[in-house]
Amino acid sequence: MKKLLIALFLISSSYAGFAQDFPAKPSTLVNDYTNTLSTAQKQQLEQKLITFGDSSSTQIAIAIVKTVGDYDINEYALGLGRKWGVGQAGKNNGIMIVVALGDRKISIQTGYGVEGVLPDIYAKRIIENDIKPAFKAGNYYQGLEDGTTSIIKYTRGEYKNEAPKSKNNKGGGIGSIVILIVIIAVIVALIKRGGGGGGGQVIGGRGVSNALFLGMLLGSGRSSGGGWGGGGSSAGGFGGFGGGSFGGGGSSGSW
Amino acid sequence: MKKVVLVVVGVLVLLVAVSGCGYNGLIKMDEDVKTKWAQVETQYQRRSDLIPNLVSTVKGAAKFEQTTLTQVIEARSKASQITIDPDKLTEENMQKYQAAQGQLSQALGKLMVLTENYPELKATQQFSELSAQLEGTENRIAVSRKDFNESVQTYNTKVRSFPNNLTAGIFGFSQKAAFKAEAGSQNAPKVEF
Repeated sequence: MKKLLIALFLISSSYAGFAQDFPAKPSTLVNDYTNTLSTAQKQQLEQKLITFGDSSSTQIAIAIVKTVGDYDINEYALGLGRKWGVGQAGKNNGIMIVVALGDRKISIQTGYGVEGVLPDIYAKRIIENDIKPAFKAGNYYQGLEDGTTSIIKYTRGEYKNEAPKSKNNKGGGIGSIVILIVIIAVIVALIKRGGGGGGGQVIGGRGVSNALFLGMLLGSGRSSGGGWGGGGSSAGGFGGFGGGSFGGGGSSGSW
Repeated sequence: MKKVVLVVVGVLVLLVAVSGCGYNGLIKMDEDVKTKWAQVETQYQRRSDLIPNLVSTVKGAAKFEQTTLTQVIEARSKASQITIDPDKLTEENMQKYQAAQGQLSQALGKLMVLTENYPELKATQQFSELSAQLEGTENRIAVSRKDFNESVQTYNTKVRSFPNNLTAGIFGFSQKAAFKAEAGSQNAPKVEF
């Protein structure tokens, strides 16, 4: 029994070790696992990247970790970018930035779809000119701020967000479905009523059940509408990673 | 008439049996391996295309490293002669391919280490951009090799497991070779770009 427990413990701890290698898929674009950035700085970066993502569908994700362990920094960034699915699925337009503070290394990995607008040379230049000087001075926020500004400058206009998230759009979709169902229900009710011609009470009963039915429909429509509204009201939030993939493009550097 | 019906039924039964034995799955995986292989070759080609530029850039600044430069050029021409028909991803072909590309990797690695002695070369824009491109290409090669190996592994597992092994035997799906970890790659000089 004891042995079994130990074995179980070992297995679970080895899993934990694995999980530590690649942090789980987060719900934000800027992920600082070292608490180096202040909350305000994180929010500012996050907001900037979300705004860019909303207009271009190109996703830039940042992970600040302590160390990448035995991994090559590029390999690590690629693994993380693939695991999180940064970028949109068909376009593969994700950019993964990994900063390993303890190793003093940084990698910018570009998805297949952005290799054209952000060739390895540009990624290298951004690291050398925008990021390294600030990092050397210990100013990590400034480096990331300038680096992402340059990335956005290069990649802007390559992709458009074809499915911008807007409360009205989604609400409209649900609304029209509800309206359609209501119309069909009314028509069905009318036909039944017309064809029935039975006692008034029966019709009345039916009318009540129809009203109930309609009420339920509308109710459900309303509640789901509220759900979407909830999603929309956090319009400034990050909508999640799109499932893009990476092929090893990009560059790295150490400071 | 009866015969026609029998034949149709027979064909249908065969089709069901075959798909039940994973024929379609095998085809799909076979195609996946080929696609991944094409990716590997593309990335190696990309590296090969970078070399003439790199050599001419280094040549001007590092006149005394003629031997190393010649080695790179020779290894490149040898490597580009060896390609594999995606239908013949055998152990033997793979070994040759990997050996040739490995030789080129080594020659290139040596060249990059030597450039450390030429700070004025490293300072030039042209060289730093070429080395950025080379770094990206080596990464892409590593990724495509890993993806290819994974695809081959999935395929081989499928080919060897029952009842797919029967289907594979009938239709001639054989196991495919993957890249081996480079012997002594751990001891190879690490190139810092």
